[in-house]
Amino acid sequence: MKFGVVVFPGSNCDHDAYYALGKILHQPVEFVWHQSKEINGFDAILLPGGFSYGDYLRTGAIARFSPVMRAVEKFARNGGLVLGVCNGFQILCEAGLLPGVLQRNAGMRFVCRQVHVRVETTDTPFTAAAKSGQVLQMPIAHGDGNYFCDPATLADLERHDQIVFRYTTPDGREDAAANPNGSLANIAGVCNRGRNVMGLMPHPERAVEAALGSADGLVIFRSLIESLTRQAALSA
Amino acid sequence: MLDTEIKITAELAAEHGLTAEEYARIQKILGRDPNFTELGIFSVMWSEHCSYKSSKVHLRRLPTRAPQVLQGPGENAGVVDIGDGLAAAFKMESHNHPSYVEPFQGAATGVGGILRDIFTMGARPIAVLDSLRFGPISSGPSGAKAPNHVPSLAGLKSGPPENKQDSRVDEETIARNRRILDGVVRGIAHYGNCFGVPTVGGEVQFEPGYSANPLVNVLALGIAKKEDLFFAKARGVGNPVIYVGAKTGRDGIHGASLLASAEFTEESQQKRPNVQVGDPFMEKLLLEACLEAMQTGAVVAIQDMGAAGLTSTSCEMASRGGLGIEIELARVPQREPGMTPYEMMLSESQERMLLVAERGREGEVLKVFARWGLDAVEIGRVTDDGLVRVLHHAKVMAEIPSHALAEEGPVYQRPLAPPTPVAAQTRLVEFGAAGANLTENFRALLAAPAIASKRWIWEQYDYMVRTNTLEAPGAGDAAVVRIKDTKRALALSSDGNGRWCRLDPFIGAQLAVAEAARNVACSGAKPMAATNCLNFGSPEKPEVMWQFSRAIDGIAEACTALEIPITGGNVSFYNETLGRSIDPTPVLGVLGMIEDASRALGMAFRAEGDVILLLDGNPAETDTTKNPAQEFSSSEYARTLRGIEAGAPPAVNLAAEKRLIALLVALASDGKLQSAHDVSDGGLAVTLAESCFASDGLSAKISLTSEEPDEAAVFGERGARAVVSVTPENLAAVLRIAAQYDVAAVQVGQVARGEFRIELNGRTVVSAEVPSLADAWSGALGRLLN
Repeated sequence: MKFGVVVFPGSNCDHDAYYALGKILHQPVEFVWHQSKEINGFDAILLPGGFSYGDYLRTGAIARFSPVMRAVEKFARNGGLVLGVCNGFQILCEAGLLPGVLQRNAGMRFVCRQVHVRVETTDTPFTAAAKSGQVLQMPIAHGDGNYFCDPATLADLERHDQIVFRYTTPDGREDAAANPNGSLANIAGVCNRGRNVMGLMPHPERAVEAALGSADGLVIFRSLIESLTRQAALSA
Repeated sequence: MLDTEIKITAELAAEHGLTAEEYARIQKILGRDPNFTELGIFSVMWSEHCSYKSSKVHLRRLPTRAPQVLQGPGENAGVVDIGDGLAAAFKMESHNHPSYVEPFQGAATGVGGILRDIFTMGARPIAVLDSLRFGPISSGPSGAKAPNHVPSLAGLKSGPPENKQDSRVDEETIARNRRILDGVVRGIAHYGNCFGVPTVGGEVQFEPGYSANPLVNVLALGIAKKEDLFFAKARGVGNPVIYVGAKTGRDGIHGASLLASAEFTEESQQKRPNVQVGDPFMEKLLLEACLEAMQTGAVVAIQDMGAAGLTSTSCEMASRGGLGIEIELARVPQREPGMTPYEMMLSESQERMLLVAERGREGEVLKVFARWGLDAVEIGRVTDDGLVRVLHHAKVMAEIPSHALAEEGPVYQRPLAPPTPVAAQTRLVEFGAAGANLTENFRALLAAPAIASKRWIWEQYDYMVRTNTLEAPGAGDAAVVRIKDTKRALALSSDGNGRWCRLDPFIGAQLAVAEAARNVACSGAKPMAATNCLNFGSPEKPEVMWQFSRAIDGIAEACTALEIPITGGNVSFYNETLGRSIDPTPVLGVLGMIEDASRALGMAFRAEGDVILLLDGNPAETDTTKNPAQEFSSSEYARTLRGIEAGAPPAVNLAAEKRLIALLVALASDGKLQSAHDVSDGGLAVTLAESCFASDGLSAKISLTSEEPDEAAVFGERGARAVVSVTPENLAAVLRIAAQYDVAAVQVGQVARGEFRIELNGRTVVSAEVPSLADAWSGALGRLLN
């Protein structure tokens, strides 16, 4: 089992993701350079947070054209697991691998704080180890995390159980005060129809040690590892 | 007209900020008249900002040596040994004038500049703190009665202030101050967040004197393996000189000389083109590429192009190596055509570096920069003639001895004179009757911008990136970041109090050192080194130089007593507008070490029933009743509730501070404490309340005895004190250890639930529900700024 962490120019959570996977979860992990045209030998790819290409023009808008994204698209099409965190989520939306867009925060300011999200579905390789309705505490740190899509897409997301996380209060209530950025329907994370690509604004890689405020993000990585282990057992 | 045709006169030199004597000195060094490019080069290198010509003689009095210091003042940053084969590079710098002229870019490039100073040493930046000072942002209790009147810029009159008392800060000034604050915070967030360095702490103060001259002081910390440290010293005649990073444009020309080294006038807004524009994305690439290039072993020396750009890097690297450097400007990557040698040498375009590589291995360096998509061009070579030689299309445009340019600039022993006391400042606080209801005053104090929660500001900063932040902003007295792959953590605090320094720069500066060190100790860290940012008015005024000199003496005495060496810093003079100086504002940044990161302490109370102790390093015989009005009149309470800023700063007792610091470190490393928080702005009541606000819904029941007047006992700001909470099981041990350190440990109450209550001599003086107090405190900035 091997994880790949993509490094775009301007990625700045790449080291944190690498540390969480390698040092905390003891998984084999390597960086994948943005100019790589192939993704070979990896079982899951993580697109980290940061400001790829300075996020000039629009968040993720330039990164989606980088050579590695062609490879990521191909990897995803073949069922490979792709996790986008923060800027990674924005890139996945720009690349059309996930539905919707991420707009400026409703407050028009960058926001960095601990938030709570509720697990809306455990039917994904990223949440299989969680309990449905479980509330996770993870930090956010973004200026453009305001999830939006048209009503038809939202209905589609609901129908196909693609909303993975919603912002809630610590006790799991979905209210406006718990929504840090104005996201539509309190959406914090979604997956694709194939359920192998997921993006979320909160940073699970920053929530893997209690000493740093929360270890709730571990359940996402454990889900991934268990799913890959199961996959490997099936194909063996 | 071509540069070469411009006739050089004493008048032109004067327009460049050079005095007649300085111009004569240039003629003597060159043995001829300088040409226009050379005049520009001398003017920036000999500017106050780059040469420290007025401060040098005083800075020599600071203690800079200690076994842990690997690099003292004089390099891009100070460096200390932090064990495990690692070194910490840290330094603080100001970007005051640019942040007033253009708040967003001024603050952003302030962050960018200090980050380059850190990674140019081979250290990866892991934390940033910002010490910010603005004019009042409210017309509330503090604003309306603010004793220092600064009208809107349009209405500013030159000359000394008249009667300072009882004037109002007008709405226009308040609105502008809010815009400046908003722009500065957005600028810091823009740069730091994108670059990927956590902004973990700092401080924000408000005083009318900063309305037309805000202070933006940025402290950055980085770590490196000791053997990977880099220095800006050219070596090896014939080695190539390589330019890397952003292209050179016409921005920031004379930023150092005209913007940083002169006071403001009505025309200062026209200096906006002198402010540089930052690109944090470019800087992030530069960081990664530089660290990678350094790993090749082919880099000999490197320096960032900050103030005075290409001029300072080339001449300082050459001078430090005792060598010369020759550069060909035609090879410099340029943003626009037609730039003159003068413009290229003086440009302060951001995100650029100059490095010296080993001849024959330059290809390895160039390859790294190409991989990161950055310009990297060989523009010259190291020479043995000791000259900085600037060519443009092979024609010599400047030829100056590097050592004379960098090290033999003017040094001034400027006249000193204590300012004459202003009669209006002598009105002191009259204490209210004992038993008066202080709860409402307490609520107002908690909502004063200087005391209120700064969450509105720090939530706009990514304070967690790099996953090392153990104590986030607001969680502890100091910011704490762990060092991955070791057991250790580093703590940082930056502090200063311009009001106290105005009343007494010697004591005020000592208190700044003491508070920063105390804050670091409250987080469980042993203070190990300090950097400073010295913000003052015009050095050409004897009273400003007197303030500066006294502040240096204060810092020197306090740092010596507390055994904290100064490893570098920055002097910012000319902080004045239309002849009016800011309060003298030395800001101290203290770095401390926690041997066991798991022992890092926060300020939050942890459990109901824990015992609250007031640790007081001051000797029992300290007479607090002698003249309480004198000290209390300089407190935050006096300013906020009474509109008085007078008297004297709290008396400082460095031995008491040292005892308290040693005790806090000992108790924390033994794991004996639940929380620690020093007594500072707003006194004991605010300290206790903040420990409640940071907790999970806890409160405090306090019972004090004191012979001081009620307000002084509850809101007084005397130093060398801290509030700690301990479990009942650890109480006896803590009392015993405190006695060993000769620090009084007074049981003042208990961590509780429900009402927050302070009794004094058996009478309840403050009582309120925590949520109502917390609301006043936490929502104040948002209510003013949203």
